[in-house]
Amino acid sequence: MKNLPLLFCGIFFALAFSFAGLILTSNIQVGSLTQTTETLVPSDDDPNVMVMPEGEKLYPMQIVGLAQQGKQVYIEMGCVYCHSQQVRRQGFGADYERNWGPRQTVARDYIMQDRVLLGTMRTGPDLMHVGGRPLNADWHHLHLYNPQITSPGSSMAPFPFLYETREIGGAASANALKFPPDSDYGPEPGYEIVPTRKAIALVEYLLSLKVNYSLPEAPILE
Amino acid sequence: MSTAPQLNSQSTKLYSSKDSGVRAELSQIDASIRTSAIFFVISAIVWLMVGTLFALITAYKAHEPSFMGNQSWWTFGRVRSAHLNSMALGWSSNVIFAVGLWIMARLSRSAIRHGGLLLIAGVFWNVGLTVGIGGIIIGDITSVEWLELPHYATPILALSYAMIGVWGVVAFKFRRGEHVYVSQWYILAALFWFPWLYVVAQVMIIWFPARGVVQSVTNWWFAHNFLGLWLTPMALATAYYLIPKVLGRPIHSYYLSVLGFWSLAIFYNWAGVHHLIGGPIPVWLISAGVVASVMMVIPVIVVGWNHHMTVVGLHRECWRSPTLRFIVFGAISYTLVSIIGSTMALRSVNVVTHFTHFTVGHAHHGVYAFFTMIMFGGVYYMMPRLLKREWPSASLIKLHFWGCAIGITVMVVALQTGGWIQGMQMNDGSIPFLDIVKDTMPWLKARSISGVFLTVGHMAFAVNFFWMLFAAGAVRAKQGPTLLQATSEEGAA
Repeated sequence: MKNLPLLFCGIFFALAFSFAGLILTSNIQVGSLTQTTETLVPSDDDPNVMVMPEGEKLYPMQIVGLAQQGKQVYIEMGCVYCHSQQVRRQGFGADYERNWGPRQTVARDYIMQDRVLLGTMRTGPDLMHVGGRPLNADWHHLHLYNPQITSPGSSMAPFPFLYETREIGGAASANALKFPPDSDYGPEPGYEIVPTRKAIALVEYLLSLKVNYSLPEAPILE
Repeated sequence: MSTAPQLNSQSTKLYSSKDSGVRAELSQIDASIRTSAIFFVISAIVWLMVGTLFALITAYKAHEPSFMGNQSWWTFGRVRSAHLNSMALGWSSNVIFAVGLWIMARLSRSAIRHGGLLLIAGVFWNVGLTVGIGGIIIGDITSVEWLELPHYATPILALSYAMIGVWGVVAFKFRRGEHVYVSQWYILAALFWFPWLYVVAQVMIIWFPARGVVQSVTNWWFAHNFLGLWLTPMALATAYYLIPKVLGRPIHSYYLSVLGFWSLAIFYNWAGVHHLIGGPIPVWLISAGVVASVMMVIPVIVVGWNHHMTVVGLHRECWRSPTLRFIVFGAISYTLVSIIGSTMALRSVNVVTHFTHFTVGHAHHGVYAFFTMIMFGGVYYMMPRLLKREWPSASLIKLHFWGCAIGITVMVVALQTGGWIQGMQMNDGSIPFLDIVKDTMPWLKARSISGVFLTVGHMAFAVNFFWMLFAAGAVRAKQGPTLLQATSEEGAA
């Protein structure tokens, strides 16, 4: 090749094309999404225009406080490498049949997140709606401490370093892990296992992961 | 250790340029880049070994989750990410800086000026990466795929890259001769594309996070193009340079090279969105990604055909040359992995393979069986020219080749078979999730075994390399290059 200006322009525009097409365009399209109410109603002025009814809650909500700190623990522990946070539409995969969420998730569900953790691997189940499943904090703590307690045969990493083993002095702690009777994983008699602040935050975050609201473009159908 | 087979005079011609003027000039260029290139190869090999260790731990933990489970530093997500970054930015990028810049300098017939600065930039790159990998292990991981390095390490990498990449461009600018060879197009383009991708991804995901899933789109635009516009062009440039060089035969078709280059440049960078098929992003983006992924068949077939026609009839020579044995393995893998990749982008296939070990197998098929094998070939060719010494042991080269070839084949077959089963089961809502997990175990154990083969290969490579570098007494300049088969064997065949 001898035509160097053509080579340089080609190299530049090849990437500029996809940068503009994929990144800038989606930034305009998705970047303009805002919180909204669950449904829209026709405007009083022009019935062809749909508007948000006044006084209703806006979704998606921002996670706050302890749950927000828990998300940082989720990031530190690299949970995203085995758990996705996205529910695919009914009929595409079995996300719906597995009760991973009551509806598919859409771009707007993620707009309040500073770091989006969609994930591309499901070595473990999807967690977009894990807070909506019938699993309480006690279950999550046992599961995080050692997944074999709650899910024998699981390949999930244990996180014992998020817990402390303490000698019971006087009354047992209220938040000590509640092992099933005869569990192989429980502490020695006279000792208890309690969650650290990180574990408490992480569980709070997991419980906050819920798709329990409709969006105009993705309603929950009963 | 066996000594290299002796050559007869006829076969020697194949492996060396006859014009003494050309050889003197190349020798001068080699001398100008010697110190920095050797530094980059040493760094690459050290990272390869570090990355291999992380890989073994990761693979073992995938079926023995309690292994090293009591310390947050070695939890799965971190070790896995340390492995990925050691390989992507440690091994791959360092070997690119060595082989890519060396090829660029040679083809431009332009010596590297002020190589000391290049060396300093290289030191910074590796210091930045060491800080970053340490950061991942202690918990400063970002959990953004392919961009795990913490924010305090990436600026070091970006700045040192700016200093390293510019050397390739400068060598090109001071080129002599009118014609620009296909390898130079690829290297020039990659040197320019990589920093663009990296800076945009850092800014839009880490520094000033874009809104919602724009981050995910940017993430996969970057991550897929890291392979497509950084590793792939460098490996293709190496193959395009060394296949004709070793065989003493020109590339089959100039026009196919042009078509292959431009179709790759146009299609590859749109393809990354296929990692988000079914995900919460605008559907038209996914469709664009699927179309581009399928269109990738064009550059792949074109390049594959061009390479095939160049080596056709000389298969025995390819098998005998360490360089070409690795490069041909890589080139065949390129065709295979790309066709599989295009197929995986179809929605009906992706609904099975997405979220499974199939994708992990595919990633290793691309980065290892294609890119890494070709770069091994590049190092086998480059080092004797830089050191004026031959590889000490043909047996170690064979061990390296077979360890890697068997290892990566077992890994890809295991992960893709296991991943396909996993995907089919996952799409059947009546199968409990834990049963799926249990059914992947045999395949994950097979992957650990493949890791042992790869480790043996890498160790053979490292031993041979450092033996050559520090030149124990036995390694003096030999009579001709180290080849993998005696020519008498070949004569009898």
